[in-house]
Amino acid sequence: MNSEAETKTNELPIDDPFAELLIEKDVRGRSLWVDAWQRLLKNKAALVSIVIMLVMLLLIVFGPMLLPWEGDFTDWDNTSSPPSLKTGHWFGTDPVGRDILVRTLEGGRISLLVGLVATLVSLLIGVSYGAVAGYYGGMTDRVMMRVVDIIYALPFMFFVILLMVVFGRHIVLIFVAIGAVNWLDMARIVRGQTLSLKNTEFVEAARACGVDHHAIIRRHIIPNLLGVVMVYVTLTIPQVILVESFLSFLGLGVQEPMSSWGALVNDGAQDMESAPWTLVFPAAFLTVTLYCFNYIGDGMRDALDPKDHL
Amino acid sequence: MKQAGVLRHAAVRLLGLIPTLLVLITIAFFLIRMAPGGPFDGEKVLPPEIRANLDVNYHLDEPLLQQYFRYLGQIITGDFGPSFQYKDWTVNELIARGFPVSATLGGLAMALAFVLGTLIGTVAALRQNTAVDYSVMGVAMLGISIPNFVVAPLLILGTAVYAGWLPAGGWDWSWQRMVLPVITLALPVIAYIARLTRGSMIEVLHSNYIRTARAKGLPERLVIRRHAFKPAILPVISYMGPAMAALITGSVVIERIYSIPGLGSYFVQGALNRDYTLVMGVVIFYGIVIIVLNFIVDLLYAWLNPRIRYDEAQ
Amino acid sequence: MALLSVSNLEVEFKTAEGVVKAVNGMTFDVHEGETLAIVGESGAGKSQLVLSFMGLLAENGRVAGTALFHGNDLLQMKPKELNKIRGRHIAMIFQDPMTSLNPFLTIEKQMMEVVMHHQGLSRDEARSHAVEMLRAVRIPDPEERIKQYPHEYSGGMRQRVMIAIGLLCEPELLIADEPSTALDVTIQAQISELVSELRKETKMSLVLITHDLSAVAEIADRIIVMYAGEAIETGTVDEIFYSPQHPYTRGLIASVPRLDRVSDDELQAIPGNPPNLLALPEGCSFRDRCSEATEQCYQRPPLWRAGSGRTSRCFQGIEGGEIVAEPTGEGEE
Repeated sequence: MNSEAETKTNELPIDDPFAELLIEKDVRGRSLWVDAWQRLLKNKAALVSIVIMLVMLLLIVFGPMLLPWEGDFTDWDNTSSPPSLKTGHWFGTDPVGRDILVRTLEGGRISLLVGLVATLVSLLIGVSYGAVAGYYGGMTDRVMMRVVDIIYALPFMFFVILLMVVFGRHIVLIFVAIGAVNWLDMARIVRGQTLSLKNTEFVEAARACGVDHHAIIRRHIIPNLLGVVMVYVTLTIPQVILVESFLSFLGLGVQEPMSSWGALVNDGAQDMESAPWTLVFPAAFLTVTLYCFNYIGDGMRDALDPKDHL
Repeated sequence: MKQAGVLRHAAVRLLGLIPTLLVLITIAFFLIRMAPGGPFDGEKVLPPEIRANLDVNYHLDEPLLQQYFRYLGQIITGDFGPSFQYKDWTVNELIARGFPVSATLGGLAMALAFVLGTLIGTVAALRQNTAVDYSVMGVAMLGISIPNFVVAPLLILGTAVYAGWLPAGGWDWSWQRMVLPVITLALPVIAYIARLTRGSMIEVLHSNYIRTARAKGLPERLVIRRHAFKPAILPVISYMGPAMAALITGSVVIERIYSIPGLGSYFVQGALNRDYTLVMGVVIFYGIVIIVLNFIVDLLYAWLNPRIRYDEAQ
Repeated sequence: MALLSVSNLEVEFKTAEGVVKAVNGMTFDVHEGETLAIVGESGAGKSQLVLSFMGLLAENGRVAGTALFHGNDLLQMKPKELNKIRGRHIAMIFQDPMTSLNPFLTIEKQMMEVVMHHQGLSRDEARSHAVEMLRAVRIPDPEERIKQYPHEYSGGMRQRVMIAIGLLCEPELLIADEPSTALDVTIQAQISELVSELRKETKMSLVLITHDLSAVAEIADRIIVMYAGEAIETGTVDEIFYSPQHPYTRGLIASVPRLDRVSDDELQAIPGNPPNLLALPEGCSFRDRCSEATEQCYQRPPLWRAGSGRTSRCFQGIEGGEIVAEPTGEGEE
């Protein structure tokens, strides 16, 4: 990232103010990350959350491969049976005899997949939109932000539902729909950061050196956006997972046989009196995931800017 | 002088809302029309003449753009049209039936969230970095993370099914049927407001003017009530707009779970049955409600914050 | 008996990097009707000193020692008792008038609450008293302006309001922590003049904290020079200005630009920076910056005293003075 800057400083005489600025930026950049990392490590809640999420990730990715049956395997001898080691169904089974543990883990794959991909969509739209608005400023910025304000005021969940109804329940559509509706916060934050970055000395120095817009955005603005973007990505993932589970709960999410945690909770809620374990396990996994991501996102936000609360 | 400033501020904001509404209506209209299949593609296959008649009656045979402008015209006069699925009802009537229910739920939830949230947040702030603070904030984080469709069944199980204290659902305007849905709906908002208040209160308590108040020899309780509370609350007031949007969103699921005949339920039903007019009507109606509520919140904020009043008047 | 009698006051802060000793064993008296100036660079501990016996330290601060006001130890008082004194018998005004007033309350409310709480006045009595006080600090049109909010006042006016608030209950002691630092020079002069005038009526004592030695020459009776949390020299105004004993004091006086000695020479600054309180140098804390330092200065310097109230903490000592106690670092006096 900084190799070009370094070559530049080697060519310029030492007391050139631009060279000094470029060197300064290098040093400043590195210590910011190290500093933030140390602060994050001190945040116990965030650390524990990271550990839990890693464990969860391992379980979700590798768990189903290690279990003797798949999510749609129906064990007719053991329908609606409570969790027990004897039957081998550690989380119990649902009324049709499907193993809840496997279904929960597979559901996790779907929920996390949607979470990551939709966040990615959100990220792409939000960052480009925000960076452009912030960088070009002026009228462009005002119009673009006005559009964001307008969309922000609308009940987005309703639109997602509409989209689902209109276009059917294809999984790619879910990624796009949720992502397309969630990019607003990211855009706002990125635009704010870009605006303040644009006016810093090292960008002015770069411009004075004749570096063109594209390169400035690529080399100076985007690396400095990384921190802020990472925080919001971590905070967006649980939001997106939540939206997806809402949809699934209403019957508008991913289609069978794919089942996300939301759909599992919906199923479980219907049998909750006779077979509460069908509700409890997916609900617990969903809640723990959201809980941990929130703490991680919070921790990252504190680490990067301890003053910036909520 | 100050009053004029606030009013002018308000008028300007109001004008800005019209494009928002227009965008809302347009997007909703064209979206729903893009759905494959129309409102009458039910399980029964209708004979072609009847089908043609229905189309004409509901203007479905006209070009799309014409339907759009016709619809706009209707909206301006406040007519959302007839419902496609409930043949004897107009959308206006359905909204009139469902909205009071949802509004009551939402209003109570908002009030509960504000009162409890600020209280809890203040207590946590006053006991910053103690066990009380950490545990309260931990629970609050849980409140934000746990989806309401997880909380609801658990609450129902606990209070209604096992303990039999409260009814499990339904709606008859009795307080017993309101308790569970209101609490479930309010929970994430209470949690968010608690966290917000705590952070804000901590910041306020470190400010110089609080130090001055203490240096005056005022008892701490008075310092907090008179000097710290109002500034600390401002971010919460700002949050009320998004909070109400969140409550409206949440109501869709809550009404489903607790079998409450509110606007959210109608919406979901309408979406599943492709009842164009109903869906459109609800989306637009809620859009207007959100816009108006945001507007009121803006006014409230400006009224509470003397600096804004001053700036506007200048 | 002195109005305020401080003994061996120590203030520490627990920070992530260790314990910071902001004030290290200060002992002094404030007498009725006198003006005591506490002078030193930023970070010398002047503010923490007074905040400590006013009960306004940050949460991670700890204070030791005694601070007797009319014979009662402020540091041992419960909040309820301390509140009876704060604002009523001892008033304090702060450095930054822009943020020291509550932006959400009118000036009226912020003034009335003081007298209504401490003296039980009715609303009307409180209001008229407040208006009179605003008039005394020369706020124009006080009956109207009292209903305004702080942001409608300029910085200088806000500081005058702070002074007015401080004086409402006619306190015996007013503590002013760098009252003019945040304001421009012309306002500084006005504020100084105002405070002097107001004190002529009552026999109020004034503790003035500042980093500007020249500002106190006019109004101070006695001066304490602070460095790195300690009093390194004390004396009357004349003693300090005409025969400064400590090299730091001499440095401070020399660094003030003077009208009567116009020359093309550079201003004389004291080289270096104040020490890091987490890592104080061995021996005399001023050693690294002192042009007169010797080998001896690696030991902790003794406290010299000449007559009452004239002290210096340096190996150079005071003419006609004697060493008070062996330098043990604690418990002197």
